[in-house]
This record gives sequence, structure tokens and C-alpha cells, in this order.
Amino acid sequence: MNLRKLTLMGATSAVFAALFSTAPVVAAEDYMVLPSLVYRTGAYAPNGVPFANGVSDYIALVNARGGVNGIKIKLIECETGYKTDVGVECYEKLKKEGPVGAAVFNPLSTGITYQLIEKTWVDKVPVHSMGYGRTAAADGRVFKWTFNFPTSYWSQASAVIKYIGGQEGGMAKLKGKKIVHVHHNSPYGKEANPTLKILAEKYGFKLTLLPVDHPGQEQKATWLQVRRLRPDWVFMSGWGVMNQVAIKEAAAINYPMDKFIGNWWSSTESDVVPAGGAATGYKGTAFHGAGDSWPAHAAIKKEVHDKGKGAGPREGIGEVLYNRGVINMVYTTEAMRTAMGKFGTKALSGAEVRWGLENLNLTAARLKELGLGGFANPIKISCQDHETNGPVRIQQWDGKKWVFVSEWIVPMADVVRPQIEMAAANYAKEKKIAVRKCDGSD
Amino acid sequence: MLYREAGQFKTNYSADQAIFPILQDRIFLAVVLIFAFVVVPLIANDYWLQAILIPFLVYALAALGLNILTGYAGQISLGTGGFMAVGAYASYKLATSFPEMNIIVVLLTSGLFSAAVGIFFGIPSLRIKGFYLAVATLAAQFFLIWLFNKVGWFYNYNPSGTIDAPPRELFGILITGAAAKPWVKYLAALSMLTVFGLVTKNLVRSAVGRSWMAIRDMDIAAEIIGINPLGTKLLAFAISSFVCGVAGAEMLFLHLGSVETLAFDINLSFLVLFMIIIGGLGSVMGSVVGAAFMVLMPIGLTNFLVGWLGMQATSAKHLEFMVFGGLIIFFLIVEPNGLARLWQIAKEKLRLWPFPH
Repeated sequence: MNLRKLTLMGATSAVFAALFSTAPVVAAEDYMVLPSLVYRTGAYAPNGVPFANGVSDYIALVNARGGVNGIKIKLIECETGYKTDVGVECYEKLKKEGPVGAAVFNPLSTGITYQLIEKTWVDKVPVHSMGYGRTAAADGRVFKWTFNFPTSYWSQASAVIKYIGGQEGGMAKLKGKKIVHVHHNSPYGKEANPTLKILAEKYGFKLTLLPVDHPGQEQKATWLQVRRLRPDWVFMSGWGVMNQVAIKEAAAINYPMDKFIGNWWSSTESDVVPAGGAATGYKGTAFHGAGDSWPAHAAIKKEVHDKGKGAGPREGIGEVLYNRGVINMVYTTEAMRTAMGKFGTKALSGAEVRWGLENLNLTAARLKELGLGGFANPIKISCQDHETNGPVRIQQWDGKKWVFVSEWIVPMADVVRPQIEMAAANYAKEKKIAVRKCDGSD
Repeated sequence: MLYREAGQFKTNYSADQAIFPILQDRIFLAVVLIFAFVVVPLIANDYWLQAILIPFLVYALAALGLNILTGYAGQISLGTGGFMAVGAYASYKLATSFPEMNIIVVLLTSGLFSAAVGIFFGIPSLRIKGFYLAVATLAAQFFLIWLFNKVGWFYNYNPSGTIDAPPRELFGILITGAAAKPWVKYLAALSMLTVFGLVTKNLVRSAVGRSWMAIRDMDIAAEIIGINPLGTKLLAFAISSFVCGVAGAEMLFLHLGSVETLAFDINLSFLVLFMIIIGGLGSVMGSVVGAAFMVLMPIGLTNFLVGWLGMQATSAKHLEFMVFGGLIIFFLIVEPNGLARLWQIAKEKLRLWPFPH
């Protein structure tokens, strides 16, 4: 180590310090910044990649058609690796990006959502945790800046129990049945537990909760317990590699696959394909369609992929998580369109997009216009209800693709909604948040 | 020329015993502190404070805690994440059970809980050494995380199992919670680090610190000259865990605002261990420099690759892994004793400058 080396190092660190100043952005026209927190790396990348591709492709399609009412969207990806602290760093970096700041955040991680919920009050940027995150955020009177439509973990859990009841020949037949909830041992995986406990009491079935620790590659002990319990049904809230391992383990103990239901983060191609033939018959929930048979998919192929702007492989179009990215962006862009109806056609700030989300009314006709008729359920958001207890469908893996095996199941709002309101009221009390009146004044 | 102690005579014992005997060092430290306390809050924006500087300060405190145990007392520990989790959960329980309690008292008391747990898991260190001890502390890591996930009482039976920092005030200024201003949190974290840094600096020059180093360098010899290994090692575990516990509580209250056990998993233990290895074992300054390197480098690289070179976020991430790994190897080869040693060499060179020989 001599002085020359030291000087060299000093110079290196000086250059390094310069890196932190962000590069200047040339603002040529009005555009909106839409941050996309993705995880194309890390343990959950197999799930993160198709979702991020769906988001990117749909925004590319919207931009190729001139943007939202002519306003282009600048999608900025920020890689989180599903890590909460990195997600927070992304949020802090991107919240003020662009001419008017970020439009809305889609964290794609329950952990990151929990972090952002509190920050949004201060920064006035909405968070849309579509079918994940804090379920209590459904109460828009308390959670002004957070949305979790079209449906939540609690609604989903009640819909699954309703489906099981239907399969058993009526809710009364649930009495004495054994249902196991295999869940990821994290805030995400635990979300459904309180609802399941209430329903177990109401319908008299025996509920067993089996947590699986992150990342879930080792589940021998869990499935040994399942084997010993011989449950009538298994419901799973898993994520990432945990799902395929669980399916393989279930097959290894000869558990009937058609009595095994995954939640909507556990019923994707990346969960069943690695499990091979063992996964045939496995069921899962969904709040949107699978496959690429809609006109919007054809448009993405023609106007995005054929032009060389596609984000992922062409074969990936229509995968479950890809489609989830698409529907998320449909909600986002339609909320922007709604907000433009009130605030005028311009780049919208986070607060304005929040208004758009709260007043979103996505009709069946509009979905059809977007080339997604029947792809998802029509939805109408209100100040009170940021979730809408949206219906859920059961899909089944036939070995090659996902097929719907049930009609839309409406969750038990009478059970779920009071719980949501109670949890939200507790939160408001703990955090001293003023509850909104929802008469248009706040 | 600039950095030379010639002519600085010590005329009394207190001057001779000062932490920083050289005038230039004192000036340098004063400038750094004034810059950090006054200039930074004025010029840094929210992104800098919230996403870069506060995590850096929290990690620096954790690294300082581990450095006491591993760097000074020579006991390798992989339980840092677990001890930080104890601090975080204890502070959450204290803050929610006693809403009137002063937030500083909450932070320090949660450190005491962490210290108690640290002593308990430090007991095996009397019989096992080196890598075997690392495995024993690994048990602490996994057990504690499992415990906080399993027992609902620790997170007030909240269905999701996350803990949130409730808003608390200090001198009438909101210091925790999302509504607190980032510069307030920054100053709080900085004050904590400064206080603990000075305390540690003093501690390691005292009889206690010398006995730690004696144990580290050769425990049998230390025992022969009359150092009690039981008390010395456990004290190191206690103080180290205390500091780590406070860092964990800060992680909840000042940095993240809401955490789950995943935030304190084994990766955190490794991260903090890497910080002190890169920064310099047995050096207060090394803890801070190492934390700076491990926190700032990845963020800086990403910002450079994405912001300046316009690279895709994901390719940038992959490249970042490679470059970051390469840099760690580079620094360890060039200076195996850590970045703090570079600083020391720089000072020695400066002493001779501009006439080296």
C-alpha cells in the first residue's frame, strides 16, 4: 500500500460520490411517471418476472396507442428483489420523479405495502395493493391512500370456504370437516387466518394452521402432519418456490389434488409446471382469466411484441401472473382516465390519481372496449369501500392450462366486512387517524 | 506538514489520556460532526435522509455493536439479526404497553433486554470457540426469529404479525412514525451513533477493553495474567447485544417504521458481519466505514447504472451483484485489515508528507 494506491482510491471514492446525483431528465412533453416495483431477481423472481412483463407490455400498448387520453406514461422499473428495505428505497427515490411526482405505487409485496401505507399519508401518493397487502385497507374511511380492490385475502378465504361448502353439498355439511391452511409464515401468509378462524367457528369445521417458513423449500414436516390429520380439504397461501414444493409433497403423500386449493398467488404456471404431472387436478382461486384468447392479448402481440418492444418471451403472454400484471394496469390506466374526467387531460399528480381510483367505475362494456370482455369482473370503487368484496373463481390445472371450474363466487361480505371495519377502526385509534365522513368533503 | 504532532506537548495527565491526543484529529472530528449535525440536515433531501443516511446510521450502530464482540473480544457471532430483533420487539412492546414512556428510555431499555438475551446465548462461548461458537450463535438467530413469529404476544396478536412504530414525541417534536420529519429521525440516529461511538472508543481503551483484547489475542495467556474469562466474555456479549438491540429498535422506530421477522433474518447477521470485516475488525471507525461501504455502494451502483447509463433495472441489479462482489474481494486482497487500516496508513503517510524519506 503506497501513496499512489491511496490516491487512486481517493479518486475512486470521489467518482463514487458523484454517482449519487441523479442524471438530469429532459422533459420534452407532459408525461406521467408510473413506478413499477419489480423483482426479476431473488428467490421470488419466477413469480415476479411474468407480472412485471404484463405490466410493461400493457403500458407499452397504451403508449403505442397514444397514452391515456394522449398523455404518455413513463414506466420506471425499480428492482426490489422482494426485500422490504429495498422497496422503501425505491419508493423514496421515485415518489417525486417526473413533472408531478409518481402517479400510484403497486408494491407487489405485502411487506413493502405495510411499509408504504403510513408514508402515503405524508407524501400524498396512493398505493394500490391489488389483492394483497393489509386487508383492513379496504375501509377507505380510514385508509384514504390505500386501495386493495378487486378483492382481498379475507374475501378470498370466505369464497373458498363457500366453494368447499358447495362441493360438500351445502354449508351445513361443513360441520366436523377438517380443513388445513398451509401458509407462508409471513404477514402475507397469515392474512387469511383470522377469517378462517371465524368461519371455522361459524360452520363448525376443524381448522388447522400449518405455517411454512420462508422460502419453503423444506416442507416434509408440514406434509407429515397433513398426512396424519387426513384433512378433507387443504387451502394454501404460498408464494414462490413454496408452492411447487407443496404440490410435490402433497402428491408424495397421495393427497387428492382436487381437494387442494391454492390462493391466487399459489395458482400460477410457475407453481404447477415444475411439479409436472403431479399437479394435474390442483385447484386455485383467481379474479381474472388465464390464457391469451382476448383481443387485448392479440393487440399486445401485434402492437408491442411485433414492434420489438415486448418485455418478455412471446410465449409468456397469457400466463396467470402476466395477466395479473395486465389487469393491474387496466385498473391503473382506467383510474387515470377517470381522474382526467375531473381534473382535465394533463399529467396527474398522486392525489388526483387517488381520486380516480376512488371513483373508478369499470363496467363490463368498458372492459369489452379494452379487448378484455369477461376477463375480469366489472368493479365500482367508493370512498367507503376500497376493496368491493369482489367475486372469486376457482380454476383447475388440467396438466396443460388453467380452466375455470366454478362460476364467480361472491365472498361472504356479511362476515368479512365487519372484520375489516373493526380492524380499520383499531388501526385508526392506534395511529390517531381521523375517520373520513365520505360525504365528498374529505 | 499538515498532520504532525511535533510541538504539541502534553503538560498534564488528562491531556495525555485524551481520546484524540493529536490536535488535527480533534479538528477533523469536530468538522465531521458539525458537517453531519448541521450541514447535512440543511442540504440533504428526503430521499438522501430516508433511504440512504438513516439506514447507514442504523447499520453503523449495529456494526459497532458486533465489532465490540467480534473485533475487540474475538468472539465470532452470527446472531446479530436475532439480537436486533430482540431490541425491535422489546421496544415495540414497551412503547405500546407504556405509551407515556420517553422514546429514548424505550430505546435504551430495549437494549437491556437484548443484553440479557445476549448474555444467555453467550454462555456457550466459555466452552466453544471460533467457528463452533459461530454455529452456537446461529442457533440464537434462528430461535429468536422463530419465537417472535410464533408467539402472538410479541406482536400484540396483530393478525399479520408485523409490528409498527407508534408515533412518539421528544421535546415536543415528533420523532417516530411516518409523519415525523426525516431530518429529525436522522438527527436522532446520528446522536445515538455519536454517543455510542464515543462510549465504545472510551471503553476499549479502559481496563475492560484491554481485557477483551487480551482474551481475543490469547485466552489462555489472558487467564494466566488474571483475567476472568467468564466475566469478560459475558460482558462483551452483554454490551455488544445492548448496542445491537438499540440498533434493532432504531431499525423499527427510525428506519423502517414497520417490520416483520423477515427483516431480521440470517442475511442481516451476515451483512453486519461483512460490514465489520470490510470496515476493519477492532476499530470504531471501521464499523462506520464498513456500514457506509455496504449500504452506499449497492445503491450508488444502481443509481449510476440506471440513472446515468440508462440500463434496465434488472440487468443493473445483476451487474451490481457482480461488481459489488468483485469490490469486496478487491478490498480484502488489497487491504485484508479493512478500510479503517487504509485510513491509518493514510495518516502515517501524511505525517511524513511531503518529505517521505
